[in-house]
Amino acid sequence: MTSVLTNLFDGVAYGMLLFVLACGLAVTLGLMNFVNLAHGAFAMAGGYICAILVNSHGWPFFAGLPLAFVGSGLIGAALERALYRHLYTRSHLDQVLFSIGLVFMSVAAVDYFMGSSRVFINLPSALEGQFDVFGVGIGRYRLMIVVICGLLTALLQLILAKTRFGSRLRAAVDDPRAASGLGINVPQVFAFTFAFGCGLAGLGGALSAEILGLDPYFPLKFMIYFLIVVTVGGSSSITGPFLASLLLGIGDVAGKYYVPKMGPFVIYTIMIVILIWRPNGLFGRTAAR
Amino acid sequence: MTAPSDIGRIAKAHANWHWSEIAFWVLALACGFLFPSRYLIMTDIVRLALFALSLDLILGYAGIVSLGHAAFFGIGAYSAGLLALHGVVTQPALALVVAGLAATVVGFLTSFLVIRGVDLTRLMVTLGIALLLEALAERYSNITGGTDGLQGIEMEPVLGLFQFDLYGKTGFFYALAVLFILFLVARRVVHSPFGLSLRAIKNNPLRAAAIGVPVNRRLIAIYTMAAFYAGIAGALFTQTTQLASLDVFAFERSADLMLVLVIGGTGYLYGGLIGAVVFKMLQELFQIITPQYWLFWIGLVLVVIVLVGRARLHRWVLFVPNLVIRQFGGQKTAVAVPESDAS
Repeated sequence: MTSVLTNLFDGVAYGMLLFVLACGLAVTLGLMNFVNLAHGAFAMAGGYICAILVNSHGWPFFAGLPLAFVGSGLIGAALERALYRHLYTRSHLDQVLFSIGLVFMSVAAVDYFMGSSRVFINLPSALEGQFDVFGVGIGRYRLMIVVICGLLTALLQLILAKTRFGSRLRAAVDDPRAASGLGINVPQVFAFTFAFGCGLAGLGGALSAEILGLDPYFPLKFMIYFLIVVTVGGSSSITGPFLASLLLGIGDVAGKYYVPKMGPFVIYTIMIVILIWRPNGLFGRTAAR
Repeated sequence: MTAPSDIGRIAKAHANWHWSEIAFWVLALACGFLFPSRYLIMTDIVRLALFALSLDLILGYAGIVSLGHAAFFGIGAYSAGLLALHGVVTQPALALVVAGLAATVVGFLTSFLVIRGVDLTRLMVTLGIALLLEALAERYSNITGGTDGLQGIEMEPVLGLFQFDLYGKTGFFYALAVLFILFLVARRVVHSPFGLSLRAIKNNPLRAAAIGVPVNRRLIAIYTMAAFYAGIAGALFTQTTQLASLDVFAFERSADLMLVLVIGGTGYLYGGLIGAVVFKMLQELFQIITPQYWLFWIGLVLVVIVLVGRARLHRWVLFVPNLVIRQFGGQKTAVAVPESDAS
């Protein structure tokens, strides 16, 4: 019984991590309709920025996290302005090819500069080990992830629902033409959102070094996971991807624990079934845009 | 557009063999005699060309974007390997067809999943199927050999006459013959009314349905056929390298394939063939310059191609050949323009 709860907790932590990693993609892919397979590259960038700062320069871990966010966000903003924005109106095929190209480049570049082995970030001792709550083992690091990611999710929801920027973003996504007619600077909104999503991915990358493992092939290995979160979750709100990430996280942890031989098989099958059943995602809009 | 009879005439003109096509195949055959020390890489190119031809059938003609075409390649590769390993079908040419049929079955079954939904769903489903098969192959490692792959595959002589040799001479001519035969079939198919209806679907599925084209059935048919082609390519891979390992399903294989088609251009069949040659040359070049980091340059090529624009790039590349063709054949000649590439 307790192992079930521990697994559930691990699954939730994993799912929340996936959400932070993928929610930027939910905006670019789900809302802006841009197939960005290179999203994982920004996460990897954040992870490596944090690793360099903490391991080589002796920064504290909690100072490295915000910088991972800022660093990835800046890279994202620069790439968006320089490259991505030319491709918003192109066909999906072009977007796929372009982002695969970016993934390949990032993989090889990181391999060149940082080596191909897995990188670990030195954690403060307060985050190591686990403690018992009524016999349920809870890892400190995972608890921290749940707290950080939970706060971020609430914050995102607030920004989207309550702030002026949130309503501008929703307007820009619903109908870019009408939005720009109302005086909303749509490209600017998109650029900012893209950069913010990349920053979140970077933060997620830094957090995930301990759990998912950080190496140059990170963008390729987890690409499918990010895509699953977005396509299964749908794009109508932030809740859809959030629930999808939790589902994916719990499903993956449980699958690996209870049917280790079947491994990723479970996840892919669930994804294909859901996509066949509801091509627009579990919580997606029914009308195709 | 022009009058219907005119379209029919143009379609027929395109269906006729052009002398440059004959030259292309003569050149391909000549390579087999000119470079006797390069059989292995040339066989590699021929296999890749067949694989790209397969993707061109669905991407260039039916407009289905697939990120998991390696699924069928892998099925073909493992089928051929298992058939040879357990001595079920020992004749390579026959085993090739059987392996292709195995991929066809999988292609037919999965085509129902693929024709549903829009681009994004298709991407995900095709990618998911390839990953699923890779996971399956890893799971049932007692059959597939897991990460070590199938080992100890012994091939019998092709048609009982030509023994596979160390230098890959037989392998090359065998692969080239298979490619040529399958190319002829594909050429016949895409220039048939069936092929024209596929283009109609690619350009506008709704309009195609309105003029009475059974969209879903056509898509299922071409997807299944492409699976057969990819299966054959995979089987050729196993037969000529005598190896089949998990990486036949790898995502990189599907992604590289896209690059091949992008380099060569889609929708005129030769794109995959030319793309395969250029891609392999590039890969060789990059591997010589930076043995470990060639992936970076491949990625750069992709990014640049997309940013410059595929259609524009092909106009530049084909400018000189078309000039030559026009000089010799007059203005009316069917030139080697990859049509409807801009869409």
